[in-house]
Amino acid sequence: MLSTIDTARHDLASMTGPLAARRAMCGALFMQTSGKIPVPPNRQSENSRWTACITRIRDSSDEAAFAELFEHFAPRIKGYLMKSGAGATLAEECAQDVMATLWQKAHLFDPSRASAATWIFTIARNRRIDALRKSRRPEPEEVYWGPQESPDQADILAMEEAAVELTRAIAALPAKQKTLIEAAYFNDLSHSEIADQTGLPLGTIKSRIRLALDRLRHAMK
Amino acid sequence: MTDNIRHHLTDGLLMAYSAGSLPEAFNLTVAAHLSMCDSCRARLGAFDSVGGALLNGGERAEMSAGSMEAALAAARQRPRPAAAPRPRGTLPAPLIDYIGGNLDAVRWRPVGMGVRQAILPTDGDATARLLHIPAGAAVPDHGHRGTELTLVLQGAFADSTSRFAKGDIEIAGEDLNHTPIAETGDDCICLAATDAPLRFRGWIPRIAQPFLKI
Repeated sequence: MLSTIDTARHDLASMTGPLAARRAMCGALFMQTSGKIPVPPNRQSENSRWTACITRIRDSSDEAAFAELFEHFAPRIKGYLMKSGAGATLAEECAQDVMATLWQKAHLFDPSRASAATWIFTIARNRRIDALRKSRRPEPEEVYWGPQESPDQADILAMEEAAVELTRAIAALPAKQKTLIEAAYFNDLSHSEIADQTGLPLGTIKSRIRLALDRLRHAMK
Repeated sequence: MTDNIRHHLTDGLLMAYSAGSLPEAFNLTVAAHLSMCDSCRARLGAFDSVGGALLNGGERAEMSAGSMEAALAAARQRPRPAAAPRPRGTLPAPLIDYIGGNLDAVRWRPVGMGVRQAILPTDGDATARLLHIPAGAAVPDHGHRGTELTLVLQGAFADSTSRFAKGDIEIAGEDLNHTPIAETGDDCICLAATDAPLRFRGWIPRIAQPFLKI
């Protein structure tokens, strides 16, 4: 587990710069939206559709909206959990549970802070840690922004655009880099465990992941 | 929220926290730093977005018939949780959860040389401990068998590499041997996570080691 940690002392603070608190929550770094190429409407509408579904669940316990989200996300959550080492039965149970949590916590989703897919990923990841590793995952302190306001429409749009851009940038990664990023997220492997599996030197893995992150940053500028 | 944090989390740590592959003690230390650091929190948002994009574009494993109805029935049984206000205090909220209170609730144990520690309950892959180092005191030279994360919660310390103040995180690998010295002024309180068993008694020589009163 030692080499899970990249001990290189990268002080990346200078890359993000001082951030206004609210902008900070919009996932800066990859999410700088200025000067971006317009996103094709069909790609963006997929994100908007999931956001709208979660809103309908929150506002009116809309079962059709739940069914739509389930159809798209539940099989992907199950696929994610199986890649992480869960058997089909456990993965299916957990995917159902993640979707039930989505219903239960729909009022906590803030589309200006994360895309629907990102929010669902965080729920699925936490469920995986709980189910497969039987350990807790402490969450950072909530940041209070004062009275609950509805998120700014421009922020939501910027977040959706950024999510589409990121998906495109990941798809455009060289295969060698993409495989390693996927292994880090999906296979529950530390860098040294990836090294054991692939036979690649640890340094190669770390530098490929670093290159992939640099490409993603560059694409999101 | 502290604006003058100078030592931040690495991309490797943030990515592993986002992916969920860190041991619990490291998760706790990362979560405590994130609670104090806006810029790392923003960077974490980016890494979570990578996870979201991968999930959205990932392979499907078909669900069995009736699973949607079963999930909906389960969901309808559950109450909607209020966004529970977590206890506030001088410590970051994730630590308050583990201690069960603020600094006054910590059950310190002396480990010698005036240094006190409290081990926090986490799973066995790594250890998280709070350290209380009197102002001006040195923790004698020690090496690391694995990775050690040290987050400053109060006061400050310096070693051969740099100075670490409230909110700063030091990431020490096996290559680092250092002698952290707590600054004068406030006693230094840190959260330290290690992924190799740390023989704390070996850390602090039994022979008297004078405090470095500066």
